[in-house]
Amino acid sequence: MPAEGRAPAAPAKAALDVDRVSLRYATEAGIVTAVEDVSFTVRTGERLVLLGPSGCGKSTLLRAVGGFLKPASGEIRLGGAPVAAPGPDRMVVFQEFDQLLPWRTVSGNIAFALRRARGLSRAEAREVALDWAGRVGLGKFADAFPHTLSGGMKQRVAIARAFAVQPAILLMDEPFAALDALSRRRMQDELLGLCEETGATCLVVTHAIDEALHVGTRTLVMSPHPGRIAAEYDVPEVARRRGTPQFAALEAEIQARLFGGPRAAAEEVVDV
Amino acid sequence: MSDGTLPVSAATSPARPMSLSPRARQAVILVALAAIWEIYARWLGNSLLLPTFFETLTALWTATLNGELPDRTLASLSVLLSGYAIGIVLAAAITALAVLNRWGESLLSLLTSMFNPLPAIALLPIALLWFGIGASSVIFVIVHAVLWPLALACHAGFRAVPPTLRMAGRNIGLSGPSYVFALLVPAALPSILSGLRLGWAFAWRTLIAAEMVFGASARSGGLGWFIFTNRAQLETANVFAGLLAVILIGLAVEIFVFATLTRLTVQRWGMEG
Repeated sequence: MPAEGRAPAAPAKAALDVDRVSLRYATEAGIVTAVEDVSFTVRTGERLVLLGPSGCGKSTLLRAVGGFLKPASGEIRLGGAPVAAPGPDRMVVFQEFDQLLPWRTVSGNIAFALRRARGLSRAEAREVALDWAGRVGLGKFADAFPHTLSGGMKQRVAIARAFAVQPAILLMDEPFAALDALSRRRMQDELLGLCEETGATCLVVTHAIDEALHVGTRTLVMSPHPGRIAAEYDVPEVARRRGTPQFAALEAEIQARLFGGPRAAAEEVVDV
Repeated sequence: MSDGTLPVSAATSPARPMSLSPRARQAVILVALAAIWEIYARWLGNSLLLPTFFETLTALWTATLNGELPDRTLASLSVLLSGYAIGIVLAAAITALAVLNRWGESLLSLLTSMFNPLPAIALLPIALLWFGIGASSVIFVIVHAVLWPLALACHAGFRAVPPTLRMAGRNIGLSGPSYVFALLVPAALPSILSGLRLGWAFAWRTLIAAEMVFGASARSGGLGWFIFTNRAQLETANVFAGLLAVILIGLAVEIFVFATLTRLTVQRWGMEG
Protein backbone atom coordinates (compact mmCIF):
# COMPACT_ATOMS: atom_id res chain seq x y z
CA MET A 1 0.00 0.00 0.00
CA PRO A 2 2.62 2.61 0.78
CA ALA A 3 4.71 2.76 -2.35
CA GLU A 4 2.10 3.61 -4.96
CA GLY A 5 1.25 6.95 -3.37
CA ARG A 6 2.24 10.06 -5.23
CA ALA A 7 5.66 9.50 -6.71
CA PRO A 8 8.28 11.89 -5.36
CA ALA A 9 8.45 15.14 -7.29
CA ALA A 10 9.77 15.15 -10.80
CA PRO A 11 13.56 15.56 -11.17
CA ALA A 12 14.72 13.23 -8.42
CA LYS A 13 18.06 14.95 -7.91
CA ALA A 14 19.96 13.56 -4.96
CA ALA A 15 20.70 16.15 -2.28
CA LEU A 16 22.24 13.64 0.08
CA ASP A 17 23.67 10.17 -0.49
CA VAL A 18 24.26 7.82 2.37
CA ASP A 19 26.21 5.01 0.78
CA ARG A 20 26.68 1.72 2.64
CA VAL A 21 27.49 3.51 5.86
CA SER A 22 28.43 1.70 9.07
CA LEU A 23 28.92 3.62 12.30
CA ARG A 24 30.80 2.31 15.28
CA TYR A 25 31.90 3.84 18.52
CA ALA A 26 34.03 2.66 21.39
CA THR A 27 32.56 2.21 24.86
CA GLU A 28 33.99 0.64 28.00
CA ALA A 29 32.27 -2.58 27.03
CA GLY A 30 33.98 -2.59 23.64
CA ILE A 31 33.13 -1.51 20.12
CA VAL A 32 29.44 -0.91 19.54
CA THR A 33 28.02 -0.98 16.05
CA ALA A 34 25.30 1.65 15.98
CA VAL A 35 24.48 1.46 12.29
CA GLU A 36 25.34 -1.34 9.89
CA ASP A 37 25.55 -0.96 6.12
CA VAL A 38 22.82 1.60 5.63
CA SER A 39 22.17 3.25 2.27
CA PHE A 40 19.57 5.80 1.27
CA THR A 41 19.20 8.94 -0.75
CA VAL A 42 17.44 12.18 0.10
CA ARG A 43 16.17 13.90 -3.03
CA THR A 44 16.02 17.66 -3.32
CA GLY A 45 12.81 19.03 -1.86
CA GLU A 46 12.00 15.80 -0.12
CA ARG A 47 11.41 15.34 3.61
CA LEU A 48 12.83 11.98 4.59
CA VAL A 49 12.08 10.62 8.05
CA LEU A 50 14.19 8.06 9.89
CA LEU A 51 11.79 6.32 12.24
CA GLY A 52 12.68 3.75 14.82
CA PRO A 53 12.86 2.78 18.48
CA SER A 54 15.65 4.06 20.68
CA GLY A 55 18.89 2.22 20.01
CA CYS A 56 18.32 1.91 16.28
CA GLY A 57 21.10 4.36 15.55
CA LYS A 58 18.94 6.96 13.86
CA SER A 59 20.36 9.88 15.85
CA THR A 60 23.90 8.61 15.40
CA LEU A 61 23.26 8.43 11.67
CA LEU A 62 21.98 12.00 11.66
CA ARG A 63 25.09 13.12 13.53
CA ALA A 64 27.27 11.41 10.97
CA VAL A 65 25.44 13.29 8.22
CA GLY A 66 26.03 16.43 10.27
CA GLY A 67 29.74 15.64 10.15
CA PHE A 68 30.12 15.16 13.90
CA LEU A 69 31.37 11.61 13.56
CA LYS A 70 33.07 9.70 10.79
CA PRO A 71 31.62 6.51 9.31
CA ALA A 72 33.64 3.36 10.03
CA SER A 73 32.94 2.42 6.44
CA GLY A 74 30.93 3.79 3.56
CA GLU A 75 30.51 7.37 2.49
CA ILE A 76 28.14 10.26 3.01
CA ARG A 77 27.92 12.71 0.11
CA LEU A 78 26.19 16.05 0.01
CA GLY A 79 25.52 17.18 -3.55
CA GLY A 80 28.14 14.68 -4.66
CA ALA A 81 30.92 15.90 -2.35
CA PRO A 82 31.95 13.73 0.61
CA VAL A 83 31.01 15.05 4.04
CA ALA A 84 34.14 15.55 6.16
CA ALA A 85 33.27 18.00 8.91
CA PRO A 86 30.31 19.89 10.37
CA GLY A 87 29.16 22.83 8.32
CA PRO A 88 26.29 25.25 7.81
CA ASP A 89 25.25 23.53 4.56
CA ARG A 90 23.71 20.96 6.92
CA MET A 91 22.05 22.94 9.68
CA VAL A 92 20.99 20.77 12.59
CA VAL A 93 18.06 21.30 14.93
CA PHE A 94 18.79 19.31 18.08
CA GLN A 95 16.37 17.94 20.60
CA GLU A 96 18.01 19.69 23.54
CA PHE A 97 17.03 23.22 24.47
CA ASP A 98 20.63 24.25 25.18
CA GLN A 99 21.53 24.47 21.50
CA LEU A 100 21.06 28.25 21.58
CA LEU A 101 23.86 30.55 22.69
CA PRO A 102 22.60 31.83 26.06
CA TRP A 103 24.59 35.07 25.72
CA ARG A 104 22.83 36.08 22.51
CA THR A 105 19.24 37.19 22.13
CA VAL A 106 16.70 35.47 19.88
CA SER A 107 17.59 37.66 16.90
CA GLY A 108 21.25 37.60 18.00
CA ASN A 109 21.36 33.81 17.77
CA ILE A 110 19.90 33.83 14.27
CA ALA A 111 22.01 36.78 13.16
CA PHE A 112 25.25 35.28 14.47
CA ALA A 113 24.63 32.09 12.51
CA LEU A 114 23.94 34.17 9.40
CA ARG A 115 27.14 36.15 9.83
CA ARG A 116 29.25 33.06 10.38
CA ALA A 117 27.59 30.80 7.88
CA ARG A 118 26.54 33.13 5.08
CA GLY A 119 28.98 35.94 5.66
CA LEU A 120 26.27 38.58 5.93
CA SER A 121 27.12 41.98 7.37
CA ARG A 122 25.83 42.86 10.83
CA ALA A 123 22.99 44.98 9.45
CA GLU A 124 21.92 42.44 6.82
CA ALA A 125 22.08 39.60 9.33
CA ARG A 126 19.98 41.54 11.81
CA GLU A 127 17.36 42.27 9.17
CA VAL A 128 17.07 38.65 8.05
CA ALA A 129 17.11 37.48 11.68
CA LEU A 130 14.24 39.79 12.63
CA ASP A 131 12.29 38.55 9.63
CA TRP A 132 12.79 34.93 10.69
CA ALA A 133 11.99 35.64 14.33
CA GLY A 134 8.70 37.05 13.09
CA ARG A 135 8.03 34.07 10.85
CA VAL A 136 8.23 31.67 13.79
CA GLY A 137 6.00 33.97 15.86
CA LEU A 138 8.74 35.42 18.04
CA GLY A 139 8.76 38.95 16.65
CA LYS A 140 8.01 40.39 20.06
CA PHE A 141 10.77 38.34 21.63
CA ALA A 142 13.52 39.25 19.18
CA ASP A 143 15.54 40.93 21.92
CA ALA A 144 14.83 38.39 24.65
CA PHE A 145 17.56 36.10 25.95
CA PRO A 146 16.94 32.36 25.57
CA HIS A 147 16.65 31.70 29.32
CA THR A 148 13.46 33.76 29.41
CA LEU A 149 11.78 31.58 26.77
CA SER A 150 9.74 28.40 27.08
CA GLY A 151 11.00 25.14 25.59
CA GLY A 152 8.74 25.48 22.57
CA MET A 153 9.94 29.01 21.92
CA LYS A 154 13.58 27.92 22.14
CA GLN A 155 12.94 25.20 19.56
CA ARG A 156 11.32 27.81 17.33
CA VAL A 157 14.46 29.92 17.53
CA ALA A 158 16.60 26.91 16.63
CA ILE A 159 14.32 26.14 13.69
CA ALA A 160 14.36 29.76 12.54
CA ARG A 161 18.16 29.80 12.78
CA ALA A 162 18.43 26.63 10.72
CA PHE A 163 16.03 27.85 8.01
CA ALA A 164 17.56 31.33 7.88
CA VAL A 165 20.97 29.93 6.95
CA GLN A 166 19.36 28.23 3.91
CA PRO A 167 21.29 24.97 4.14
CA ALA A 168 21.38 22.40 1.37
CA ILE A 169 19.62 20.08 3.78
CA LEU A 170 18.00 20.56 7.18
CA LEU A 171 18.77 17.92 9.78
CA MET A 172 16.35 17.50 12.66
CA ASP A 173 17.14 15.26 15.60
CA GLU A 174 13.81 14.65 17.36
CA PRO A 175 13.29 18.40 17.56
CA PHE A 176 10.00 18.18 19.45
CA ALA A 177 10.66 15.18 21.70
CA ALA A 178 11.20 17.31 24.79
CA LEU A 179 7.97 19.29 24.33
CA ASP A 180 4.55 18.62 25.79
CA ALA A 181 2.01 16.93 23.50
CA LEU A 182 0.06 20.08 22.63
CA SER A 183 3.12 22.16 21.75
CA ARG A 184 4.51 19.25 19.79
CA ARG A 185 1.51 19.04 17.48
CA ARG A 186 1.42 22.76 16.94
CA MET A 187 5.15 22.84 16.20
CA GLN A 188 4.82 19.97 13.74
CA ASP A 189 2.21 21.95 11.83
CA GLU A 190 4.35 25.07 11.89
CA LEU A 191 7.40 23.16 10.71
CA LEU A 192 5.37 21.65 7.91
CA GLY A 193 4.22 25.12 6.92
CA LEU A 194 7.78 26.43 6.78
CA CYS A 195 8.98 23.42 4.80
CA GLU A 196 6.23 23.77 2.22
CA GLU A 197 6.78 27.50 1.97
CA THR A 198 10.54 27.23 1.43
CA GLY A 199 10.68 23.84 -0.30
CA ALA A 200 13.45 22.86 2.10
CA THR A 201 15.07 19.45 1.88
CA CYS A 202 14.90 17.75 5.28
CA LEU A 203 16.17 14.69 7.05
CA VAL A 204 14.16 14.18 10.24
CA VAL A 205 14.77 11.68 13.00
CA THR A 206 11.89 10.67 15.24
CA HIS A 207 10.52 7.80 17.27
CA ALA A 208 6.90 8.92 16.91
CA ILE A 209 4.98 7.31 14.05
CA ASP A 210 2.40 10.09 13.79
CA GLU A 211 5.16 12.69 13.61
CA ALA A 212 6.91 10.74 10.87
CA LEU A 213 3.74 10.51 8.79
CA HIS A 214 2.65 14.08 9.39
CA VAL A 215 5.97 15.80 8.73
CA GLY A 216 7.68 13.60 6.15
CA THR A 217 7.12 12.76 2.52
CA ARG A 218 8.90 9.44 2.86
CA THR A 219 9.67 7.33 5.90
CA LEU A 220 12.43 4.80 6.49
CA VAL A 221 11.70 2.46 9.37
CA MET A 222 14.84 1.32 11.16
CA SER A 223 15.40 -1.75 13.28
CA PRO A 224 17.88 -1.77 16.15
CA HIS A 225 21.04 -3.65 17.22
CA PRO A 226 22.65 -2.86 14.90
CA GLY A 227 20.66 -0.17 13.13
CA ARG A 228 19.42 -1.20 9.72
CA ILE A 229 16.71 -0.02 7.40
CA ALA A 230 13.78 -2.40 7.75
CA ALA A 231 11.17 -0.81 5.50
CA GLU A 232 10.43 2.18 3.34
CA TYR A 233 7.10 4.00 2.99
CA ASP A 234 6.20 6.76 0.60
CA VAL A 235 3.69 8.92 2.37
CA PRO A 236 1.18 10.41 -0.08
CA GLU A 237 -0.29 13.82 0.62
CA VAL A 238 -3.60 12.44 1.93
CA ALA A 239 -1.87 10.10 4.38
CA ARG A 240 -0.06 13.06 5.96
CA ARG A 241 -3.28 14.56 7.27
CA ARG A 242 -4.23 13.43 10.71
CA GLY A 243 -7.66 11.85 10.87
CA THR A 244 -7.78 10.53 7.31
CA PRO A 245 -8.28 6.77 6.92
CA GLN A 246 -5.01 6.61 4.97
CA PHE A 247 -3.14 8.17 7.88
CA ALA A 248 -4.65 5.69 10.32
CA ALA A 249 -4.00 2.73 8.03
CA LEU A 250 -0.36 3.64 7.47
CA GLU A 251 0.17 4.33 11.17
CA ALA A 252 -1.29 0.91 12.02
CA GLU A 253 0.84 -0.79 9.41
CA ILE A 254 4.09 0.78 10.63
CA GLN A 255 3.14 0.05 14.20
CA ALA A 256 2.51 -3.57 13.35
CA ARG A 257 5.87 -3.77 11.65
CA LEU A 258 7.69 -2.24 14.61
CA PHE A 259 5.88 -4.41 17.16
CA GLY A 260 5.61 -7.50 15.06
CA GLY A 261 9.19 -8.05 13.94
CA PRO A 262 10.80 -11.40 14.64
CA ARG A 263 12.60 -10.08 17.74
CA ALA A 264 9.80 -7.80 18.79
CA ALA A 265 9.30 -9.20 22.25
CA ALA A 266 12.84 -8.34 23.25
CA GLU A 267 12.90 -4.86 21.79
CA GLU A 268 12.10 -1.60 23.36
CA VAL A 269 9.17 -0.42 21.34
CA VAL A 270 8.15 2.86 19.90
CA ASP A 271 6.04 5.04 22.08
CA VAL A 272 3.50 7.03 20.15
CA MET B 1 4.03 32.99 20.23
CA SER B 2 1.31 30.56 19.67
CA ASP B 3 1.99 27.64 21.98
CA GLY B 4 0.39 29.47 24.86
CA THR B 5 3.49 29.49 27.01
CA LEU B 6 4.68 32.54 28.82
CA PRO B 7 8.24 33.68 29.29
CA VAL B 8 9.51 33.03 32.78
CA SER B 9 9.86 36.31 34.58
CA ALA B 10 12.83 36.61 36.86
CA ALA B 11 12.59 37.06 40.60
CA THR B 12 8.94 37.54 41.34
CA SER B 13 8.82 37.25 45.08
CA PRO B 14 5.77 38.85 46.60
CA ALA B 15 6.58 42.01 48.49
CA ARG B 16 6.10 41.50 52.21
CA PRO B 17 5.62 44.49 54.44
CA MET B 18 8.27 45.04 57.14
CA SER B 19 10.89 43.05 55.26
CA LEU B 20 14.22 44.65 54.45
CA SER B 21 16.22 44.13 51.31
CA PRO B 22 19.38 42.02 51.76
CA ARG B 23 21.49 45.16 51.36
CA ALA B 24 19.55 46.97 54.08
CA ARG B 25 19.87 43.97 56.40
CA GLN B 26 23.62 43.95 55.86
CA ALA B 27 23.80 47.67 56.59
CA VAL B 28 21.93 47.17 59.87
CA ILE B 29 24.29 44.37 60.86
CA LEU B 30 27.32 46.53 60.01
CA VAL B 31 26.07 49.38 62.18
CA ALA B 32 25.39 46.96 65.01
CA LEU B 33 28.90 45.48 64.78
CA ALA B 34 30.45 48.95 64.80
CA ALA B 35 28.36 49.85 67.85
CA ILE B 36 29.44 46.71 69.72
CA TRP B 37 33.07 47.44 68.85
CA GLU B 38 32.77 51.05 70.05
CA ILE B 39 31.07 50.10 73.33
CA TYR B 40 33.46 47.25 74.12
CA ALA B 41 36.57 49.34 73.32
CA ARG B 42 35.34 52.18 75.52
CA TRP B 43 34.60 49.75 78.32
CA LEU B 44 38.07 48.19 77.91
CA GLY B 45 39.66 51.63 77.89
CA ASN B 46 42.99 50.44 76.44
CA SER B 47 43.61 51.92 73.03
CA LEU B 48 46.95 50.11 72.75
CA LEU B 49 45.11 46.80 72.60
CA LEU B 50 41.86 47.88 71.00
CA PRO B 51 41.21 51.39 69.77
CA THR B 52 37.58 52.46 69.53
CA PHE B 53 35.73 52.47 66.24
CA PHE B 54 35.91 56.25 66.03
CA GLU B 55 39.63 56.33 66.84
CA THR B 56 40.12 53.88 64.00
CA LEU B 57 38.04 56.02 61.62
CA THR B 58 40.00 59.10 62.66
CA ALA B 59 43.29 57.30 62.08
CA LEU B 60 42.05 56.13 58.68
CA TRP B 61 41.02 59.66 57.81
CA THR B 62 44.32 61.19 58.94
CA ALA B 63 46.44 58.61 57.19
CA THR B 64 44.40 59.16 54.04
CA LEU B 65 44.72 62.93 54.20
CA ASN B 66 48.47 62.98 54.84
CA GLY B 67 48.93 60.78 51.80
CA GLU B 68 50.57 57.84 53.53
CA LEU B 69 47.71 55.38 53.18
CA PRO B 70 46.99 56.22 49.51
CA ASP B 71 50.72 55.80 48.72
CA ARG B 72 50.85 52.44 50.49
CA THR B 73 47.65 51.35 48.78
CA LEU B 74 48.97 52.32 45.37
CA ALA B 75 52.21 50.45 46.03
CA SER B 76 50.24 47.35 47.04
CA LEU B 77 47.81 47.60 44.14
CA SER B 78 50.51 48.01 41.49
CA VAL B 79 52.32 44.87 42.69
CA LEU B 80 49.00 43.06 43.00
CA LEU B 81 47.82 43.98 39.52
CA SER B 82 51.10 42.91 37.90
CA GLY B 83 50.93 39.55 39.65
CA TYR B 84 47.25 39.15 38.87
CA ALA B 85 47.74 39.98 35.20
CA ILE B 86 50.66 37.58 34.80
CA GLY B 87 48.64 34.92 36.61
CA ILE B 88 45.72 35.38 34.21
CA VAL B 89 47.94 35.15 31.12
CA LEU B 90 49.63 31.99 32.39
CA ALA B 91 46.29 30.46 33.40
CA ALA B 92 44.91 31.20 29.92
CA ALA B 93 47.96 29.61 28.31
CA ILE B 94 47.92 26.45 30.41
CA THR B 95 44.14 26.09 30.02
CA ALA B 96 44.48 26.48 26.27
CA LEU B 97 47.07 23.72 26.31
CA ALA B 98 44.72 21.55 28.36
CA VAL B 99 41.83 22.18 25.97
CA LEU B 100 43.96 21.47 22.93
CA ASN B 101 45.45 18.11 23.85
CA ARG B 102 45.43 15.30 26.35
CA TRP B 103 48.99 15.76 27.53
CA GLY B 104 48.14 19.36 28.31
CA GLU B 105 45.10 18.21 30.22
CA SER B 106 47.11 15.74 32.28
CA LEU B 107 49.74 18.39 32.89
CA LEU B 108 47.14 20.85 34.13
CA SER B 109 45.39 18.41 36.45
CA LEU B 110 48.70 17.20 37.87
CA LEU B 111 50.09 20.69 38.41
CA THR B 112 46.88 22.00 39.96
CA SER B 113 46.54 19.08 42.32
CA MET B 114 50.19 19.56 43.35
CA PHE B 115 50.30 23.32 43.69
CA ASN B 116 46.76 24.36 44.54
CA PRO B 117 46.97 23.13 48.15
CA LEU B 118 50.41 24.73 48.62
CA PRO B 119 49.99 28.10 50.39
CA ALA B 120 51.54 30.78 48.23
CA ILE B 121 53.28 32.33 51.20
CA ALA B 122 55.22 29.09 51.72
CA LEU B 123 57.02 29.85 48.45
CA LEU B 124 58.26 33.17 49.74
CA PRO B 125 61.65 31.85 50.99
CA ILE B 126 62.34 30.39 47.57
CA ALA B 127 61.15 33.58 45.92
CA LEU B 128 63.57 35.57 48.09
CA LEU B 129 66.35 33.22 47.12
CA TRP B 130 65.63 33.52 43.42
CA PHE B 131 64.48 37.09 43.02
CA GLY B 132 65.88 38.80 46.10
CA ILE B 133 63.99 41.29 48.20
CA GLY B 134 61.64 43.44 46.20
CA ALA B 135 58.53 43.52 44.11
CA SER B 136 59.49 40.57 41.88
CA SER B 137 59.47 38.15 44.81
CA VAL B 138 55.99 39.26 45.83
CA ILE B 139 54.79 39.10 42.25
CA PHE B 140 56.10 35.55 42.02
CA VAL B 141 54.06 34.37 45.00
CA ILE B 142 50.99 36.27 43.79
CA VAL B 143 51.23 34.57 40.40
CA HIS B 144 51.30 31.26 42.21
CA ALA B 145 48.26 32.27 44.27
CA VAL B 146 46.25 33.25 41.18
CA LEU B 147 47.38 30.77 38.56
CA TRP B 148 46.20 27.42 39.94
CA PRO B 149 42.71 28.21 41.18
CA LEU B 150 42.04 30.22 38.03
CA ALA B 151 43.33 27.54 35.65
CA LEU B 152 41.31 24.93 37.52
CA ALA B 153 38.12 27.02 37.29
CA CYS B 154 38.61 27.81 33.59
CA HIS B 155 39.28 24.21 32.70
CA ALA B 156 36.26 23.01 34.67
CA GLY B 157 34.20 25.66 32.90
CA PHE B 158 35.36 24.57 29.43
CA ARG B 159 34.69 20.95 30.19
CA ALA B 160 31.19 21.72 31.41
CA VAL B 161 30.11 23.31 28.10
CA PRO B 162 27.15 21.15 26.98
CA PRO B 163 27.88 18.87 24.00
CA THR B 164 24.81 20.16 22.15
CA LEU B 165 26.07 23.72 22.41
CA ARG B 166 29.48 22.62 21.12
CA MET B 167 27.88 20.87 18.15
CA ALA B 168 25.63 23.86 17.46
CA GLY B 169 28.74 26.04 17.39
CA ARG B 170 30.64 23.80 15.00
CA ASN B 171 27.51 23.49 12.91
CA ILE B 172 27.42 27.20 12.11
CA GLY B 173 31.06 27.02 11.10
CA LEU B 174 32.99 27.92 14.25
CA SER B 175 36.40 26.29 14.44
CA GLY B 176 39.85 26.98 15.89
CA PRO B 177 40.14 30.40 17.54
CA SER B 178 36.59 31.44 16.65
CA TYR B 179 35.30 28.26 18.31
CA VAL B 180 37.25 29.08 21.47
CA PHE B 181 36.47 32.78 21.68
CA ALA B 182 32.93 32.88 20.28
CA LEU B 183 31.73 29.70 21.94
CA LEU B 184 33.86 28.13 24.69
CA VAL B 185 34.87 31.31 26.51
CA PRO B 186 31.39 32.85 26.80
CA ALA B 187 29.89 29.45 27.59
CA ALA B 188 32.44 28.96 30.39
CA LEU B 189 32.17 32.53 31.63
CA PRO B 190 30.40 31.71 34.92
CA SER B 191 33.32 29.47 35.93
CA ILE B 192 35.91 31.89 34.58
CA LEU B 193 34.39 34.74 36.58
CA SER B 194 34.31 32.75 39.79
CA GLY B 195 37.93 31.74 39.15
CA LEU B 196 38.89 35.39 38.69
CA ARG B 197 37.09 36.27 41.91
CA LEU B 198 38.81 33.51 43.82
CA GLY B 199 42.17 34.42 42.31
CA TRP B 200 41.71 38.04 43.30
CA ALA B 201 40.94 37.12 46.91
CA PHE B 202 43.95 34.77 47.09
CA ALA B 203 46.22 37.36 45.52
CA TRP B 204 45.12 40.07 47.93
CA ARG B 205 45.69 37.92 51.00
CA THR B 206 49.00 36.65 49.77
CA LEU B 207 50.17 40.18 49.03
CA ILE B 208 49.39 41.54 52.50
CA ALA B 209 51.01 38.53 54.15
CA ALA B 210 54.11 38.73 51.95
CA GLU B 211 54.54 42.44 52.63
CA MET B 212 54.47 41.76 56.36
CA VAL B 213 57.04 39.00 56.16
CA PHE B 214 59.73 40.89 54.37
CA GLY B 215 58.50 44.45 54.22
CA ALA B 216 61.23 45.43 56.76
CA SER B 217 63.77 46.35 54.12
CA ALA B 218 61.49 47.34 51.30
CA ARG B 219 61.64 51.13 51.10
CA SER B 220 58.30 51.71 49.44
CA GLY B 221 56.24 49.12 51.25
CA GLY B 222 52.57 48.55 50.72
CA LEU B 223 49.57 48.17 53.02
CA GLY B 224 50.98 45.11 54.75
CA TRP B 225 54.10 47.07 55.55
CA PHE B 226 51.96 49.96 56.83
CA ILE B 227 50.17 47.59 59.22
CA PHE B 228 53.43 45.98 60.29
CA THR B 229 55.35 49.18 61.06
CA ASN B 230 52.45 50.75 62.92
CA ARG B 231 52.21 47.69 65.13
CA ALA B 232 55.91 47.99 65.86
CA GLN B 233 55.37 51.62 66.85
CA LEU B 234 52.32 50.67 68.93
CA GLU B 235 50.09 52.88 66.76
CA THR B 236 47.26 50.41 67.17
CA ALA B 237 44.63 52.73 65.70
CA ASN B 238 46.69 52.88 62.50
CA VAL B 239 46.96 49.09 62.46
CA PHE B 240 43.19 48.88 62.57
CA ALA B 241 42.94 51.63 59.95
CA GLY B 242 45.22 49.56 57.68
CA LEU B 243 43.07 46.48 58.18
CA LEU B 244 39.95 48.51 57.49
CA ALA B 245 41.55 49.78 54.27
CA VAL B 246 42.27 46.19 53.18
CA ILE B 247 38.63 45.26 53.83
CA LEU B 248 37.25 48.37 52.09
CA ILE B 249 39.35 47.81 48.97
CA GLY B 250 38.27 44.17 48.84
CA LEU B 251 34.63 45.22 49.13
CA ALA B 252 34.99 47.92 46.51
CA VAL B 253 36.52 45.51 43.98
CA GLU B 254 33.81 42.96 44.71
CA ILE B 255 31.00 45.47 44.28
CA PHE B 256 32.31 47.65 41.47
CA VAL B 257 34.18 45.08 39.42
CA PHE B 258 32.98 41.53 39.98
CA ALA B 259 29.35 42.14 40.91
CA THR B 260 29.01 44.52 37.96
CA LEU B 261 30.64 42.09 35.54
CA THR B 262 28.39 39.30 36.79
CA ARG B 263 25.27 41.42 36.46
CA LEU B 264 26.13 42.51 32.92
CA THR B 265 26.97 39.02 31.72
CA VAL B 266 26.07 35.72 33.30
CA GLN B 267 23.16 37.09 35.33
CA ARG B 268 21.67 38.80 32.29
CA TRP B 269 22.09 35.63 30.26
CA GLY B 270 20.56 33.40 32.91
CA MET B 271 23.74 31.38 33.19
CA GLU B 272 24.29 31.61 36.92
CA GLY B 273 24.67 28.22 38.52
